[in-house]
Amino acid sequence: MISLPEITAVLKNDDPAFLEQLARRARRLTRMHFGNTISLYAPLYLSNYCENFCTYCGFNCGLDIHRSRLTPAGMEKEMACIARKGIRNLLLLTGESPRHSPPSYLKEAVILAGKYFSGIGVEIYPLQTEEYKILHAAGVDSVTVYQETYDRKRYAHYHPAGRKRDYDYRYQTPQRAAEAGIPRLTLGVLFGLGKPAADLHALYRHLEDLMKRYPGVEYALSVPRIIPLPDAPDRYHILSDRNLAKVIALTRILFPSVGINLSTREPAAIRDRMIHLGVTRISAESKTMVGGYYRKTEEDAQFYIKDQRSVGEILRMLKSQGLDPVFTDWRRIGSA
Amino acid sequence: MTPKDPLVIGGKTITNRFFLGTGKFGDKKVMRTAIEKSGVEVVTVALRRVDQQQTPENLLDFVPENTILMINTSGARNARQAVTIARIARESLGINWVKIEVIDDSKYLLPDNQETIKCTEILAGEGFTVMPYIHPDLYVARELQKAGAASVMPLGSLIGSGEGLQARKFIEILIREIDLPVVVDAGIGVPSQAAEAMEMGADAVLANTAVSIARDPVQMARAFSLAVQAGRLAHRARSREIRGQASPSSPLTGFLFEESP
Repeated sequence: MISLPEITAVLKNDDPAFLEQLARRARRLTRMHFGNTISLYAPLYLSNYCENFCTYCGFNCGLDIHRSRLTPAGMEKEMACIARKGIRNLLLLTGESPRHSPPSYLKEAVILAGKYFSGIGVEIYPLQTEEYKILHAAGVDSVTVYQETYDRKRYAHYHPAGRKRDYDYRYQTPQRAAEAGIPRLTLGVLFGLGKPAADLHALYRHLEDLMKRYPGVEYALSVPRIIPLPDAPDRYHILSDRNLAKVIALTRILFPSVGINLSTREPAAIRDRMIHLGVTRISAESKTMVGGYYRKTEEDAQFYIKDQRSVGEILRMLKSQGLDPVFTDWRRIGSA
Repeated sequence: MTPKDPLVIGGKTITNRFFLGTGKFGDKKVMRTAIEKSGVEVVTVALRRVDQQQTPENLLDFVPENTILMINTSGARNARQAVTIARIARESLGINWVKIEVIDDSKYLLPDNQETIKCTEILAGEGFTVMPYIHPDLYVARELQKAGAASVMPLGSLIGSGEGLQARKFIEILIREIDLPVVVDAGIGVPSQAAEAMEMGADAVLANTAVSIARDPVQMARAFSLAVQAGRLAHRARSREIRGQASPSSPLTGFLFEESP
């Protein structure tokens, strides 16, 4: 296992020759393990009601934004919009509000999604093992949960109140999902909250521990960087483009078979290059607000996306770079 | 690849002993051309990559007609899941050939031999042509033979590693002891490794990554096809000394035991 000083040394090393060498190794390993392919997915925001106070988040319950949640009819409209673009992997998201988006509401969404999508993931508030079992039986094949930062002090600072304040319960979430039989897990930190090297080191340790305990699970990491809200009072540890490239390449070298996701919160110019350094899965034509696909609105987004290209434009970009877009990489076969 | 040397699996006669996996190609049209130009007859397709709805990007539409399609059970972590995948493939696509791939380790992607045996018993009993992907183990291969497997597919080395025949000694044992076609699968990175597997007596070789990520996949598929053919010819033509096997007759010392007329 790589040490914290070693990670720090990598992030501090700006020798172009070193970076190029790292990138080449990462690209070779990515192609060997994943081939010349990139998987595509799209997020669907079900509800922005939230009881947490995460100071960096656009859904923070202290913010005065229009709150809503999709009805089953609204969900279907959104799903049909996304499916028409060819997307077959869906990521369902909500804020944390057991009152407005309880597990039963999520289950309803998952069952509807099964009509349109072959892969269904959730990026929602942490659940109990039994609740994950219910969602898995309904069709969920992947769970995404970010620790946000592994620095306990900073975690407490950024999560001053609400259920999310419980660091340990969140840390144990992937474990509960794996116990429930969820076959694919995505972990990550929100780069910027803590010191990047320390967060990355802790993330690797978390991942290694899970891989030993649940070797059959397919793992992926996401590498989101914070997009500061307007008037944000906090000062963040901004991860430079160069260091994002190093994080992706280093992750690929240390974990050759682990997927790496990169969302539309990164601009097109960055995404188009990072797909050669280790990224294996990208979102396309995302909307990060409730009802964003069929209402075609940008208001009240969780964060503003930077890569606004259509699915068609993403496909053309991938093909021009010799990469094959993969829409379908999962099939639900029941909870056998 | 001479007409007199066919490989028969599941009642089908196969001339080209190079099998190709369909994942990982950067362009599905190039994949189709690679299959056509190299004369590949058997390809594997992961059910999880097959779109249930008609789309312009559906993998199956890029596999030439008359190709023998073998569904692989990629994504299955136990025998039950692999059995379900095979049944779905038969019901929805009419495909009867199945490469059993049961993997419960996402780091090394090593196959679970025990679950593979269970799955083979069930699917062979249901009339599938079962090709189990295994870690080369003699006892396991014997069990698979008893269970009704149509072949065994031992790994050369780790999936996607390109490290060639790291498991050579153990595959050799299977070739000698198991009365089923032995198809070397996984880890074959260059055509010379495929030729080596065939020289040693493997009945066929399956590759995917090495072809799909080549700068020119069409030419690489041809190179593999030719290497497999060359390896096969060499195996049939080679002298027994090189093969390292005892000769059943004793041309040099047999006279010492002959009774005088």
